[in-house]
Amino acid sequence: MSTALEHPTYNYKVVRQFAIMTVVWGIVGMTLGVILAAQLVWPQLNLDLPWTSFGRLRPLHTNAVIFAFGGSALFATSYYVVQRTCQTRLWSDKLAAFTFWGWQAVILSAVITLPLGYTTTKEYAELEWPINILIAVVWVTYALVFLMTIKQRKTSHIYVANWFFAAFILTVAVLHIVNNAAIPVTAMYSISIYSGAIDAMVQWWYGHNAVGFFLTAGFLGMMYYFVPKQAERPVYSYRLSIVHFWALIMVYMWAGPHHLHYTALPNWAQSLGMIMSIILLAPSWGGMINGMMTLSGAWHKLRTDPTLRFLVVALSFYGMSTFEGPMMAVKTVNALSHYTDWTIGHVHAGALGWVAMITIGSMYHLIPRLFGRTEMHSVSLIAVHFWLATIGTVLYIASMWVNGILQGLMWRAINPDGTLMYTFIESVEASGPGYIVRLIGGLCWVVGMLIMAYNVTMTVKRGEGARQPLPQTA
Amino acid sequence: MNNLWDDSLSGFWSTWIIVITLGSIGIAFWLLYANRKTDKTPDADGNVETTGHAADGIEEYDNPLPRWWFQLYVGTVVFSLGYLLLYPGLGNFAGLLGWTQEGQWEEEVARAEERFTPIFAQYQEIPIPELARDAEAMQVAERIYLNNCAVCHGSNAQGGYGFPNLTNDDWLYGGEPEQIMQTLVRGRNGLMPSWQQLGETNIENVTQHVLALSGLEHDEERAERGAATYASVCAACHMPDGTGNQALGAPNLTNDIWLYQAPGQSVADSVRQSLRNGRNGHMPAQAAYIGEERVHLVAAYVYSLRFRD
Repeated sequence: MSTALEHPTYNYKVVRQFAIMTVVWGIVGMTLGVILAAQLVWPQLNLDLPWTSFGRLRPLHTNAVIFAFGGSALFATSYYVVQRTCQTRLWSDKLAAFTFWGWQAVILSAVITLPLGYTTTKEYAELEWPINILIAVVWVTYALVFLMTIKQRKTSHIYVANWFFAAFILTVAVLHIVNNAAIPVTAMYSISIYSGAIDAMVQWWYGHNAVGFFLTAGFLGMMYYFVPKQAERPVYSYRLSIVHFWALIMVYMWAGPHHLHYTALPNWAQSLGMIMSIILLAPSWGGMINGMMTLSGAWHKLRTDPTLRFLVVALSFYGMSTFEGPMMAVKTVNALSHYTDWTIGHVHAGALGWVAMITIGSMYHLIPRLFGRTEMHSVSLIAVHFWLATIGTVLYIASMWVNGILQGLMWRAINPDGTLMYTFIESVEASGPGYIVRLIGGLCWVVGMLIMAYNVTMTVKRGEGARQPLPQTA
Repeated sequence: MNNLWDDSLSGFWSTWIIVITLGSIGIAFWLLYANRKTDKTPDADGNVETTGHAADGIEEYDNPLPRWWFQLYVGTVVFSLGYLLLYPGLGNFAGLLGWTQEGQWEEEVARAEERFTPIFAQYQEIPIPELARDAEAMQVAERIYLNNCAVCHGSNAQGGYGFPNLTNDDWLYGGEPEQIMQTLVRGRNGLMPSWQQLGETNIENVTQHVLALSGLEHDEERAERGAATYASVCAACHMPDGTGNQALGAPNLTNDIWLYQAPGQSVADSVRQSLRNGRNGHMPAQAAYIGEERVHLVAAYVYSLRFRD
């Protein structure tokens, strides 16, 4: 392979590896999601086998989309952005390579152990202790590579995208290590060092900050590079980025207890979780405003540039779900929404609408540049992918809103004699149509990802061709 | 440490929570306030000049914070401080309203008791056989049944593997009103011990004998050999003629009804399994969950099932 067209001082190899795996894991994770959605419509698809049952595939789906797809995307973009904005090569190629192979090993372990039934039972932290140690080692190495690269930067200023990436990397290290503190019993079984309400609180402190730092701060870092880059416009407001960055990382830390409203958690902790979630609205929207307003003067580009459309629609869904979140954290709303499909809809407004859309937009910007081209193989296929993703997301979240509110209202409806108007199974039956619509939405997403895979493959192939030395211009 | 996870905290933890909560809100607000204005002047497009540094070609304007966003931020902070004044949140300060989730629950329960108790009290007076023929009462009773009993006994009350059918005349503990009431109020614990120690040959012989009792296809010779073992081991509970004993909850073995026949399993296999491993049936006591008045209605509902087709 020729390296003539590569920037001589940047390490693009690890970025390419993570970028390709982003697409691969995106397809795997979302296909698992579609299988689970289908199981909720046709429970027979559990196949009566323990390995393919909902309870085991569900954590595999969440781990695959958050940590495999989202994680690979964050590694790829953070390594790319930190090099380009600091004008320096990654601090250590060997350690960067270790983070790639280490992270893939973590994902592979998840793919094997979760269907076999090994689980700590902590949501989004299901992996057992030996894998958790590997995650900790890989993550600390990642932090080292990233922060040392910033330290050796050739620029005077640290660009805003890197603040977000750094905050995400450091916080996730703390969250992971604290929440997974456990006493090993056997090679694949451990007991958490926390118990009861404390265990629940630590888990949701972790769980909500997995959303806040892994799925928000990290992807805001992505947004702050790829939106102005693709729009070719300056960022709207530097001081807005300062205010919302510090407010966001400080306030997110407090929001976890809203997952435990009306439980054994003390009243004071529930209230603090609620009010901090409300205060979080403005800092969250700060990121959306800064991204959206960056486009002022470039709105016409949306007509011709589907990549930019991905980025802008991602920001819209980000704004929508960060409004929905604080609202659902209010106790009275939560009393209706909690334990219903509304929560699932809310998560996917964030996961599909924000995280996946901003990732895909960034990848369509990044991948051609990594493989020595200026554009993806087919811009019209990006447009097709854009519409599939947008329609898929809307179908998903709308059906879950309907189901969630339906379930919440059915569960609390009572007859004049005080008996419940509906049994639980009636609310499951009523949710059937919503589950079918959700399945269709999920299918739109998987088809879109397969189109992306084709487009990426062609881009990479042509890219390799383009990198052959040309006689006239050599 | 345990004290931290309570609604009454030690003085230290209470103070600590108040300080970091108000401190965090204060810092977040100061951050906003200190950065609200820009000292730079807008250009022709209305954008304020850039900060002067570029990262990989990306420049940054230094536009002021949007006014509506600033106000939104202030609004959420004001709301939150108001909330902390009214509701528990700041350590041991209970809030001016004195609200707690436990208090809210108790209030709701008290209101429900007040509203609904008279409805059930009127049914309480009516004997079960009579109540079972009261269509309106049975509508109420069916709702209670569906939400509390159907999960095991099925919405059609025909039971399932390990859960008795309530619609036939086969009663483990008796089908008279008092017996049904006792089952519901106190619960039941059915126990069939394991007879592994008899050895596989004897287990097979007894199995054939039990099949014979229900008039099912069986091995004549083995059934005869099993008769002696049955008489010495099983008859104490299931009675010499196999008709069972409701005082013990020992099932009738002569009516071809098999509580523990799993879907797709043969009767012989189910009996073998019972003999080898024993069985343990548990009906939870309901009075503590739904109250005596509702139990009375559910008992009438179960009693009424015999009138259905």
